[in-house]
Amino acid sequence: MKAYKIIVLAKQVPDTRNVGKDAMKADGTINRAALPAIFNPEDLNALEQALRIKENFPGTTVTILTMGPGRAAEIIREAMFRGADDGILLSDRAFAGSDTLATSYAISQALKKVNDVDIIIAGRQAIDGDTAQVGPQVAEKLGLPQVTYVEEVQKIEGGKIFLKRRLERGVEVVSCPLPMVMTVNGSAPDCRARNAKLLMKYKHAKTVSELQSSNEDYLHLYNDRPYLNIPEWSVNDIEVNLAELGLSGSPTKVKTVENVVLQAKEAKVITSADSEIDELMRELIESHTIG
Amino acid sequence: MNSVFVYCEIEEGQVAEVSQELMTKGRGLANELGCKLEAVAIGHNLDGIESHIFPYGVDVLYVADDKRLYPFTTLPHTSIIVKLFEEQKPQVALMGASSIGRDLGPRVSSALHSGLTADCTSLVIGDHEDKKQGKVYENLLYQIRPAFGGNIIATIINPDCRPQMATVREGVMKKEILDPKYKGKVVKLDVSKYVTDADFAVEIIERHMEKSKVNMKAAPIVVAGGYGMGSKENFQLLYDLADVLGGEVGASRAAVDAGYAAHERQIGQTGVTVRPKLYIACGISGQIQHRAGMEESAQIIAINTDPEAPINAIADYVITGDVADIIPKMIKYYKRNTK
Repeated sequence: MKAYKIIVLAKQVPDTRNVGKDAMKADGTINRAALPAIFNPEDLNALEQALRIKENFPGTTVTILTMGPGRAAEIIREAMFRGADDGILLSDRAFAGSDTLATSYAISQALKKVNDVDIIIAGRQAIDGDTAQVGPQVAEKLGLPQVTYVEEVQKIEGGKIFLKRRLERGVEVVSCPLPMVMTVNGSAPDCRARNAKLLMKYKHAKTVSELQSSNEDYLHLYNDRPYLNIPEWSVNDIEVNLAELGLSGSPTKVKTVENVVLQAKEAKVITSADSEIDELMRELIESHTIG
Repeated sequence: MNSVFVYCEIEEGQVAEVSQELMTKGRGLANELGCKLEAVAIGHNLDGIESHIFPYGVDVLYVADDKRLYPFTTLPHTSIIVKLFEEQKPQVALMGASSIGRDLGPRVSSALHSGLTADCTSLVIGDHEDKKQGKVYENLLYQIRPAFGGNIIATIINPDCRPQMATVREGVMKKEILDPKYKGKVVKLDVSKYVTDADFAVEIIERHMEKSKVNMKAAPIVVAGGYGMGSKENFQLLYDLADVLGGEVGASRAAVDAGYAAHERQIGQTGVTVRPKLYIACGISGQIQHRAGMEESAQIIAINTDPEAPINAIADYVITGDVADIIPKMIKYYKRNTK
């Protein structure tokens, strides 16, 4: 049986359910340092699909690729605790301020360094931007076919992958030749939980930057156990044209940003007492809101 | 003057709602910019499709008609649009933020290296001064959208690359026929010049599309339930109330995920956007993603056992209590006091 080489594109995102005042910088970009960071939810659905393929096709490897600041290595470890084999952190100041196009350029250039990839799986979209653009843009830049809104991998045979897509008004089953890029919907199965053995195995996995800034007493471990070293790539490790990265490489610019302050309306607070419900209904009928 | 372009989604020979809405918006933008409104329809058996497109004020319609182009698959549609845009050089290109537009748009934008803003809620023409470079850009498309889970509203511009691309969700713009007799020009594309065999790598094996039976967007009253409803059976109460008031039943994502309601009833960022006269939120906590799909409702009633539920902050009436207790009372009063 064939084994596959899978890359899962994942992103560490600010938890948009917990946004404080310092969330935005003056230039309109996101101040990630001020926010709690989580594994983008749909990227976990993507990881689960990758892990299922790995179960069905022994020998398959699952590698997480993430672009972000140093602390984004957290989600690589998280993925390894759940069954990913390894990960790559793509991190460089030159990436800062990238829009989706500059981001997909950086990611696709990194992917070009990884040989013989069969399947690239990403979450449909990240909750900080909700754009759903990076997956298809990466596919275009690599010249690969794409299948978006995937809910289930049905089978892989004859060099083709069969996928069920969940669309707004229905479902589709499509076949797509490998290599290919897919993006996975939140309606796909949730990601499995951490595995205790894998947690023990990988809890000390670190990038070089993390090692340098930690007071790790067990540095020899990282020579003895190479799987604990998470590769970290900067612009020097991939072939890129710097002008296509970051703000300068981004066709879209943020002109202005306005914070949405949820202004509490003067709500009428009522109880479930008959008289109060009756009064509410009377008001609604009188104002022709209902009736 | 370079045109404003709309990609028309076609499903079973019909022009999608969202495309009709975008043509209306596109006509307005074209008037302001003093340019033509153009559209492209890609599919099969498209004879006569122009009669459903010109009335929105479309000056030129490009038609790519080929058996292999329907149902939609990404690669051939991308190839046609990329080539067409290279030829026609539109300044603005609009697509629905649908499962088609959000699949196609990014691929096109990557091929053309043009910026794309997803899920815009407003599109406005305006100028921009780049102080650093001492450059003034006139008549840019301001692409306005909530970001960050709805916590900020960002205005995005695309100063140097063309077309300026944006997707917009269904129901966000208003559709309006400009003139039923509006006369445009049809340009038939020679499909073989635009696509290659390799574009047909992805094959559709099975397809089940349903016409949405639920029309929440048009409903004057929406009774929506959340995870707090507790079960699918309890949702029946909401159907009862909606039935009596002449409304539709909606649901939060959590309720849909829990199986209490069908996917097509989902309201919020990843579902439908509604603006009814009255929105009755039952057992909905009111995550920002849900609010994004209903906060423009004229009046909001929140029924929740939790007096601190976030939904209460945008509600006009907050009823703290049990839905199972309150809804029957509402139905009873309404039946008694209306004809």
